[in-house]
Amino acid sequence: MIGASLAGMAAVQSIRASGHDGPIVVVDPAGSLPHDRPPLTKQVLAGQWPLERAAQPAAARLDELDLDLRLGVAATGLNADRRSVSLSDGSELEASALVLATGSHARTLPTGSGHGGPGGGDGSAALPSGAFTLRTGADCVALLERLEAEPARVVVIGAGFIGGEVAATCAGRGLTVSMLEAAPVPLQRVLPGGVGGFVTELHRRNGVDVRLGVSIEALNLNGDGSVRGVALGDGSNLEAEVVVIGVGAAPTVDWLADSGLTLLEPHRGGGILCDETLLAHPGVVAAGDVAAWPNPHFGGELMRVEHWENAVDAGTHAGRRALAELGGRDASGGGEAAEATVGAFSSVPWFWSDQFDSKIQMVGRCGPEDEPVVVAGDLTGDRFVVLFRRGDLCTAALGLNRPRQVMQARMRMAESLDWDGVAALF
Amino acid sequence: MVEGMKIVIDYDLCEANAICMGIAPEVFEVREDDNLYILQEEPAEELRPKMEEAVRRCPKQAISIEG
Ligand SMILES: Cc1cc2nc3c(=O)[nH]c(=O)nc-3n(C[C@H](O)[C@H](O)[C@H](O)COP(=O)(O)OP(=O)(O)OC[C@H]3O[C@@H](n4cnc5c(N)ncnc54)[C@H](O)[C@@H]3O)c2cc1C
Ligand code: SF4
Repeated sequence: MIGASLAGMAAVQSIRASGHDGPIVVVDPAGSLPHDRPPLTKQVLAGQWPLERAAQPAAARLDELDLDLRLGVAATGLNADRRSVSLSDGSELEASALVLATGSHARTLPTGSGHGGPGGGDGSAALPSGAFTLRTGADCVALLERLEAEPARVVVIGAGFIGGEVAATCAGRGLTVSMLEAAPVPLQRVLPGGVGGFVTELHRRNGVDVRLGVSIEALNLNGDGSVRGVALGDGSNLEAEVVVIGVGAAPTVDWLADSGLTLLEPHRGGGILCDETLLAHPGVVAAGDVAAWPNPHFGGELMRVEHWENAVDAGTHAGRRALAELGGRDASGGGEAAEATVGAFSSVPWFWSDQFDSKIQMVGRCGPEDEPVVVAGDLTGDRFVVLFRRGDLCTAALGLNRPRQVMQARMRMAESLDWDGVAALF
Repeated sequence: MVEGMKIVIDYDLCEANAICMGIAPEVFEVREDDNLYILQEEPAEELRPKMEEAVRRCPKQAISIEG
């Protein structure tokens, strides 16, 4: 098991729930069991919860799961044919089956590189003092400390879900917040037809200074190397003591070069290419943010999903899939459950985001050509539902403060994506 | 076991996102007022797997089963 976050630990739990009692080694470079991530931009950053309360669901069950948990150790290479993994402590692991769940990491700006615009760098690159990305419990605590010192202005770069949540939480703390977005509309990659404009409205209503279509050249630094502000394309400096970079995440696959696995190019969404059962190679499965697979529910469309629930569901599926591989090659280990064949991983993705007092929820996945149809409320209000139409199909539903209706749409979409069936709910 | 199970919701944690309703609409219902209502506090034993799934998938870890 490579990666001990949500997907990895869901896989472990499903393997144990299937009755397998063989040894399981879990490797993760984090110094302690990674935290559940959603509260990190919400309750923990707001100062409402201590970090410990954001423990991931498996944390309370570690004893009964009986793992060889190796924290502080990263996988540095994989030989898929031999199912062997080299580790950062210099050792080598050979396994009968492997689950890869290395998730994703925050992207950063290519600071100082001259060519402006978000998207180039890598979260592991050291950031100047006062600049943050937010992915782990440690990131959250470091940012929280700075927020408690009441900086005069926080600048959030990127109006995606992480950026939006951080901006909302900072504004909720009474801080002055600017949110900068390179695109003319927030969430342009996720929501076609300019629907993401509701994020702008929501934030402006709540006092955030939202600036769209802004090009960002670099971070301006003080003499001591700490952040002074953000250099904008028009030559001005937007002063800020704290800058939070929320320009998206990239799948953590750098350690898989020459592994024998197929990695998707970034323009195809990136990640480890799996078959529809989440198998990436005989004996090797992948799940969570890092895995791309043809989702049968969407006619085999290749998907890589960076959502909490997908990590739980795909991880659970991957655990069973790995066990089936184990059954195939090592009958002594698995027992009955391992003989069962494990089918395709078919899913209707779902996620939520909490910003101010609003709940944003989305079901499904839309493409750039899909047509938005507002079926309840209106996009400038504080409650609405939008469906996305592609021919005869409803590919996605987005709701603001409409959890019941979004869930009803989801239940219908899980039966069938047929447009008429979903639209009839409204 | 004759003792049934009891579903307990921590309403301080629950944010009524209706995931549990998607799993077991016969037990969990999020109504138009956006609050979660429990339709059966002590569901029949055959619903246990679904209840366990709801516990596992509730993003707020707000559901627990007693008994
Ligand atoms: C701040 C934040 C807020 C979020 N909020 C929401 C939300 O509100 N709603 C929602 O649906 N989703 C949310 N998400 C997304 C959700 O948390 C992720 O989809 C989920 O964590 C993915 O789980 P994962 O196990 O696939 O990957 P990750 O959680 O990314 O975990 C991957 C693990 O692999 C480890 N790893 C990396 N490289 C190696 C290596 N070489 N060897 C061994 N281990 C390695 C990492 O240390 C890490 O622990 C949020 C994410 C973040 C960061
Ligand atoms: S899934 Fe959890 S948070 Fe959502 S409505 Fe049910 S109990 Fe509440």
